[in-house]
Amino acid sequence: MSSPALDVRYTAQLARIRLSEEEIATFQAQLDQVIEYVEKLKQVDVTGVEPTAHAIPVFNVFRSDVPRDWFDAATALANAPRQANGLFSVTKVVE
Amino acid sequence: MDLAALTVTELREQLRSRAASPVEALDALERRIVSVDPHIRGYLHRDLEQARALAAAADVTLPLGGVPIAIKDVLNVRGQPCTCASKILRGYIAPYDATAIARLRAAGAIPFGRTNMDEFAMGSSTENSSVHPTANPWDITRIPGGSSGGSAAVVASGEAYAALGSDTGGSIRQPAALCGCAGLKPTYGRVSRFGLVAFASSLDQIGPFGKTVRDCALLLNAISGHDPQDSTSIAEPVPDFTASLDRDLAGVRLGMPREYFIEGIDPQVDSAVRQAVRHYESLGAEIVEVSLPHTDYAVAVYYILATAEASANLARFDGIRYGHRAENPSNLLDHYGRTREEGFGPEVKRRIILGTYVLSSGYYDAYYLRAQKVRTLIRRDFTRAFEKVEAIICPTSPEPAFKAGERTGDPLKMYLADIFTIATNLAGNPGISIPCGFAAIEGVQLPIGLQLIGKPFEEARLLNIAHAYEQSTDWHLRRPTLP
Repeated sequence: MSSPALDVRYTAQLARIRLSEEEIATFQAQLDQVIEYVEKLKQVDVTGVEPTAHAIPVFNVFRSDVPRDWFDAATALANAPRQANGLFSVTKVVE
Repeated sequence: MDLAALTVTELREQLRSRAASPVEALDALERRIVSVDPHIRGYLHRDLEQARALAAAADVTLPLGGVPIAIKDVLNVRGQPCTCASKILRGYIAPYDATAIARLRAAGAIPFGRTNMDEFAMGSSTENSSVHPTANPWDITRIPGGSSGGSAAVVASGEAYAALGSDTGGSIRQPAALCGCAGLKPTYGRVSRFGLVAFASSLDQIGPFGKTVRDCALLLNAISGHDPQDSTSIAEPVPDFTASLDRDLAGVRLGMPREYFIEGIDPQVDSAVRQAVRHYESLGAEIVEVSLPHTDYAVAVYYILATAEASANLARFDGIRYGHRAENPSNLLDHYGRTREEGFGPEVKRRIILGTYVLSSGYYDAYYLRAQKVRTLIRRDFTRAFEKVEAIICPTSPEPAFKAGERTGDPLKMYLADIFTIATNLAGNPGISIPCGFAAIEGVQLPIGLQLIGKPFEEARLLNIAHAYEQSTDWHLRRPTLP
């Protein structure tokens, strides 16, 4: 493969996705192929070309910060996988 | 009369003249769904009771008064599930309306039914849905296209009067082509993305599916316009998109990009599109050859930029505020790792990993930044071509619908299904797919889509050009035979 640099096992950790050994092997083969394909961008001369972040450029968009009715606490919590005392319950962070 | 077979335009006439009521229109649709959807499986969810209450109270004098509209499962409709066909959002009930939905409601429409899709809009066949696949109405052993395959299939099979979808790399136009209906991706910024679950924010755009171009124009009227809640929505004036549909095409210049008529296109698709070009000549259009020299790089640019944006957007699915959470995590890393392992399907995982990689330290310049620069060149190609023409004419998809299961193991081959639609998203231009013929393959007739690409914010002209073809041909009147 032209680009062994994409290490699926390591990158999945960065992305916070646990994978089975089988998935790691499958994805490694498939993504090696995709990376090999996108290598074709190296053929393009991009000297002096500015990058495009958005198709229709817009800059510095502001709106006034006006309070309005939006979620109350119950609505915000309605889809929470776990909640207690009107709060989101989270996995322990500090040992 | 079977109300469910009507276009939105025809249904409005029935409702306004009180020849039929919105409840009858809804019930006719539901009957059609009950008889046909077990074969098509285009819907994920419907709430008939809620819709009937809205229909009973509908104001039929409004532009879409009392018209039920099917909604891709990626748009938030208050009180309805919004799962993006993903396990990670199973059970999620939208707490608010997307702006496009609020605007549909203001126009009198009834958001009815959640349509199937590739998980998080990642795919070209709707086979990446975690719930079930959707069948192509013209041959149920084939895919309907994707990612908005459910929306396209329900419109084509008469299970919806019209639908909304989203298009990041062709996800409205490609399924419209493969199912034989009309599907429009508006200019980036024309429709607010507020309440659309984000996949690739610099490319995503909401748009309509209809049985006709006029129906697409009606829906676009309702959903367009600047929204302070989406800073990328543009404050361009919104014309009445139906007003100029019947404009004469004499003298209009259409461009055939030589890079879109290449080896590898299905010969029946190539022939149907060339026939459509000749038809435009007979309508008074002038055809000129144009060049979009960086076309061959579009898929590569897309799979770097879209996955990079997706890896950031999908970081929000962490099992804390909403969505699936893994049971009994031993620590925080285990919580995230297993929540996302269990919640995401293979294609979503692949794309998040690819996107994380191209943004990671040491590779950013080589992949992400370079892709953004080539994106500039692709935009420039379009700007130059549109100095000579008012619209570009080309195939929507290089081939008709393929067989279910044929490509699921080969992501790269699946990505190449979007080869003719992706550049439009990168450049931001509007594009529409309309039916332009049928391919006879293995004894079945499969729809072929004609793609027309317009100048930014000139959807009115684009729709006019599409409408003229549609109304002087009868491809859009053909319906699949269903049980």
